[in-house]
Amino acid sequence: MTSIEQYKGQETAFGVNDKGYYGKFGGAYIPEMLYPNVEELQQNYLQIIHQTDFQEEFQDLLKNYVGRPTPLYYATRLSEKYKTNVYLKREDLCHTGAHKVNNTIGQILLAKRLGKHKIVAETGAGQHGVATATVCALMGLECIVYMGEIDIQRQAPNVARMKMLGAEVRPATSGSKTLKDATNEALRHWINNPVDTHYIIGSVVGPHPYPDMVARFQSVISEEIRSQLLEKIGKENPDYVIACVGGGSNAAGAFYHFLDEPEVKLIAAEAGGHGIHSGLSAATTFLGKPGVLHGSKSILMQTEDGQVVEPHSISAGLDYPGIGPLHAHLWDSGRAKFYAITDDESIEAGFELTKLEGIIPAIESAHALSVLKYLNAGVNETVVVNLSGRGDKDLATYMKYL
Amino acid sequence: MNRITKLFQTKLHSVLNLYFTAGYPTLNDTMPILEALQEAGADIAEIGMPYSDPVADGETIQQSNQVALDNGMSLKVLFEQLAGMRQKVQIPVILMGYINPVIQFGIENFCQKCQEVGVDGLILPDLPMEEYYEEYKPVFEKYGLLNIFLITPQTTEARIRRIDEISDGFIYMVSSASVTGKTSGISPEMEAYFNRVNAMNLKNPRLIGFGIKDHETFTKASEYAAGAIIGSQFIRVLQSASDIKTDVVEYIKSVKIG
Repeated sequence: MTSIEQYKGQETAFGVNDKGYYGKFGGAYIPEMLYPNVEELQQNYLQIIHQTDFQEEFQDLLKNYVGRPTPLYYATRLSEKYKTNVYLKREDLCHTGAHKVNNTIGQILLAKRLGKHKIVAETGAGQHGVATATVCALMGLECIVYMGEIDIQRQAPNVARMKMLGAEVRPATSGSKTLKDATNEALRHWINNPVDTHYIIGSVVGPHPYPDMVARFQSVISEEIRSQLLEKIGKENPDYVIACVGGGSNAAGAFYHFLDEPEVKLIAAEAGGHGIHSGLSAATTFLGKPGVLHGSKSILMQTEDGQVVEPHSISAGLDYPGIGPLHAHLWDSGRAKFYAITDDESIEAGFELTKLEGIIPAIESAHALSVLKYLNAGVNETVVVNLSGRGDKDLATYMKYL
Repeated sequence: MNRITKLFQTKLHSVLNLYFTAGYPTLNDTMPILEALQEAGADIAEIGMPYSDPVADGETIQQSNQVALDNGMSLKVLFEQLAGMRQKVQIPVILMGYINPVIQFGIENFCQKCQEVGVDGLILPDLPMEEYYEEYKPVFEKYGLLNIFLITPQTTEARIRRIDEISDGFIYMVSSASVTGKTSGISPEMEAYFNRVNAMNLKNPRLIGFGIKDHETFTKASEYAAGAIIGSQFIRVLQSASDIKTDVVEYIKSVKIG
């Protein structure tokens, strides 16, 4: 088996700076129409997040509504197969079926404190849309979700869930009709409704402070991994943490408390699609170069002329031509290692987990599982795979391979 | 002297700026539209550099961007088309577009090309103000390019003053919180905002954009600023034009005279 991978040098310092940059990446490249909203967030997000009453409400909802802490499960048969020790962080057991709800809970509490009473969001696979519609129902706020027309077709169950939860699902019909275009439409909606609306971005993308804010709300994942590992193996640090990266919110959460622990190897699985040289891929770090999309400077799949390329992945949640600026920095600095996992490899890994452990993973998460075969981790080493979501939404796709 | 600066030295009322997308409706329409604009008496021509993800634009301009890209428009092609521009066109020319294609072209290279063909100013809506001030301003100035900033009804007084301080040419006053092509007409709230900005005694003149489409809205906007910018409506005119020159001249006439 040939490993498709890339790896650069090594360095430290991974927090966002006061201008919203991670190394060379980040910032807030937004039209003036969005400036007041984004600035309001920049000025207030840290202060609000650190308030005692915010933390009490946030922690209470994570525990009693989301069902946290999620288990850190020792996957015995998977470990036997790969001759190492594999732990699965079961974000798939979160209410709504994926890690996305950690962020939407945090952001809706923030939106309420900013006096916003309408919510707009974008969604790819529909997991973030469902998580947003869910917290809007919970808090009684109006919810509009933009979703690419193609994604609406391939993720029908999630569209139905959003509708039942009271959200209005609006199709994004421009461009590739997927996540990128849904994000454009959500940004336009926010430009048109700047005063009463909060935009809940679902990933660690967008203008500063979104990447940092979303990473903080998702950081509960690595916080729990550390305390759970301490309990299970007597130390907080695993040897490897693996997560899939579309925009990169589950990876940001799974990596967060390990960023400054150089002994922990951080592994990101991108969507290789039909293969990185096939012209049908979403493997951003392999195919992209620095550029600006959706309000931040990051790595971006684009033509020589700087037009954004339409990506391809079997998984709607990874079908995005960029990555968050934190991940661009982790790649650029060599702190994280990136793999490109093809559509077929991810399906294979999804079936493998199902057969060995009785867990049907989201196809997004299956990309992370697929890295196990390239890892060659030792028998005494500990590998944590972030199982970011469950595969119910993907059954129609899986069935085609049965 | 920069043609924008020169224009506002002699004309501070009813200045008409027309936006169109380069390479639309067909690839080689850029120069004919530019020449028609001059002939029709437009004061400023604003050429859109098409982009795959124009987030500040509504459907009309989005579609014109997509058509232009499908037609094969790029910055390289645009500069080729504009190469002999100054032999034919004397009115100020502004390039408007999103920052990513400019970054990929290379900032310095881009500015140098702008100067070579005779571009006077730039509107880059997603280039942050402080980023411009720290990194781009010296390069823009080296090549004689004015950077035009947008303000909206939500822009604070302090920020408007900062924009006025660090830019020259004019300030693009967005009439309401909106993407392009969404609004129509001028409301009392807009008038209050225009009056508020006028009372600030800024050094730069303002042009009002978004929602301007005909003689009535142009005349009204001109009461509150040095003039106005028409974008989406002009794209619609171009979309249905049977003869570019005739239709452009006729439309501009209808805006100016009624």
